[in-house]
Amino acid sequence: MLRDITLGQYYPSQSVIHRLDPRVKLTATLLFIVSMFLFHTFVGYIIAGICLATVIIISKVPFKFMMKGLKTIWFLLIFTMFFNIFLTSGTPVFQWRFITVTKEGLTTAAFMGLRLFFLIIGSSLMTLTTTPNQLTSGMETGLRWMKKIHVPVHEISMMMSIALRFIPILMEETDRIMKAQQARGADFEEGKFMDRIKALVPVFVPLFVSAFRRANELAMAMEARCYHGDEGRTSMKPLRYARRDGIAYLLLLLYIVVIVATDRVVLGLL
Amino acid sequence: MIKASKLAYEYIRRDEEGNVEGIVRAIDGIDLDIKKGDFVAILGHNGSGKSTVAKEINAILEPTEGVLFVNGFDTSKEENIWNIRQSAGMVFQNPDNQLVASVVEEDVAFGPENLGVPTDDIIKRVAFALEKVGMTAYRTSSPNHLSGGQKQRIAIAGILAMKPKCIVLDEPTAMLDPNGRKEVIATIHELNKKEGITILLITHYMDEVVDCDKVIVMDNGKIVMHGTPREIFSRPEEVKKHKLDLPQATELAYELRKDGLDLPEGVLSVNEFVDAFVSEYGKK
Repeated sequence: MLRDITLGQYYPSQSVIHRLDPRVKLTATLLFIVSMFLFHTFVGYIIAGICLATVIIISKVPFKFMMKGLKTIWFLLIFTMFFNIFLTSGTPVFQWRFITVTKEGLTTAAFMGLRLFFLIIGSSLMTLTTTPNQLTSGMETGLRWMKKIHVPVHEISMMMSIALRFIPILMEETDRIMKAQQARGADFEEGKFMDRIKALVPVFVPLFVSAFRRANELAMAMEARCYHGDEGRTSMKPLRYARRDGIAYLLLLLYIVVIVATDRVVLGLL
Repeated sequence: MIKASKLAYEYIRRDEEGNVEGIVRAIDGIDLDIKKGDFVAILGHNGSGKSTVAKEINAILEPTEGVLFVNGFDTSKEENIWNIRQSAGMVFQNPDNQLVASVVEEDVAFGPENLGVPTDDIIKRVAFALEKVGMTAYRTSSPNHLSGGQKQRIAIAGILAMKPKCIVLDEPTAMLDPNGRKEVIATIHELNKKEGITILLITHYMDEVVDCDKVIVMDNGKIVMHGTPREIFSRPEEVKKHKLDLPQATELAYELRKDGLDLPEGVLSVNEFVDAFVSEYGKK
């Protein structure tokens, strides 16, 4: 059923990682991504790999599940590696007609591949261990300081949570509209690609109309329930840091320091 | 609780340049006096202005003419809006388009959160409200997995958590199946009796009206009939003139009486009909 789809790819479990404050996980993901660009030697990859593997093991998310996230970028990964292998100049290792493979090409390709792989695994680890609701409230509280520079943080997170609520409803509605039109002879499955795209236009028109009507009604219902922005608003489940969150921040700091320091040392040795 | 005198509202249709194209007088000089703890139903066919009355009471619309006081607050004054909306909560027709959060308890908490209620108190209110509508078991479910009647009960709980004095329901059962309809009507009757909450039920299902304290019939933006359900349905011709149906039992008694059977006026339920019929014709 369409209404059973879940956004993101949350993997329910009771691990420490799951129970961490979403703000910690957001910061950690961000810093992990940044850290990918902080080192230049293979030692960095080893350290990052070990840390990532440890977190995955603690999170109890099966590795098979993690690989699902890679499916979509498989092509990008191959593509990047391919160009790096063949188009980097340097000392040649292999030559056949106009194709040259260089030593530098191979190493950059391996490093680029690994980097992308880590990036994807690292960020999907966050979405796997955090529900979309937690993520939104984490963003709202964690980015509150941005209100000072006039970023409507509360409004953005409210929009995100409403979108989360309405995406399944609109999916179901699309399904219903398509069926209603199929019942009257519309054909969505045959014909050329362009024809099929054109056949979808009559689906989207009523869908948009109904989405706007829903938005209108929802806005009225929200106002009737005294919604007036985040001014003076409280929360049923306010985010509070626990001790494990402090420890997580410390470990994160340690990770960054170690990765930068070892990189400097190794670079010096080379 | 709710007091209106000579209340009127006009929808102004404008063309693209903003010139007035036409004025529709949705409600036209109505007087209302709803007391605390009353269960009042407003009846009327489509376009009779009954939904506009609901929006007026919730201060979503401002009166064009006349005055409307809700819980002692004047709805035309901007500074009263939040007080009015807190004391007169509103439940809408479409159950999907009024739930905000994707978890039941978070949706119920939405109202109190907006009011700035402290966290501990919100948790208590949510538990109380969900218990009152009998949805405690679904606390952590997603509204998408609930039936229409259940969603509508969640919407009622969301209002209840704001501790209102009055709940206005604008055709809450129009999109529900018969079971969901029963659930919702039973819930609001219980809230009225046990919590003493004033209920204003806007509907066009006659069978929901039978158990109310008072019925108001609207047509063309005016109040055309008012009284107890028995008083209203004792005048079947007048009800029909305003393009409304009669409850099934009333209709049957009315048709039979027209054919010369000796049945009393104002029969409201199947049981009453059976009693009246048996006492008149049972022995023969």
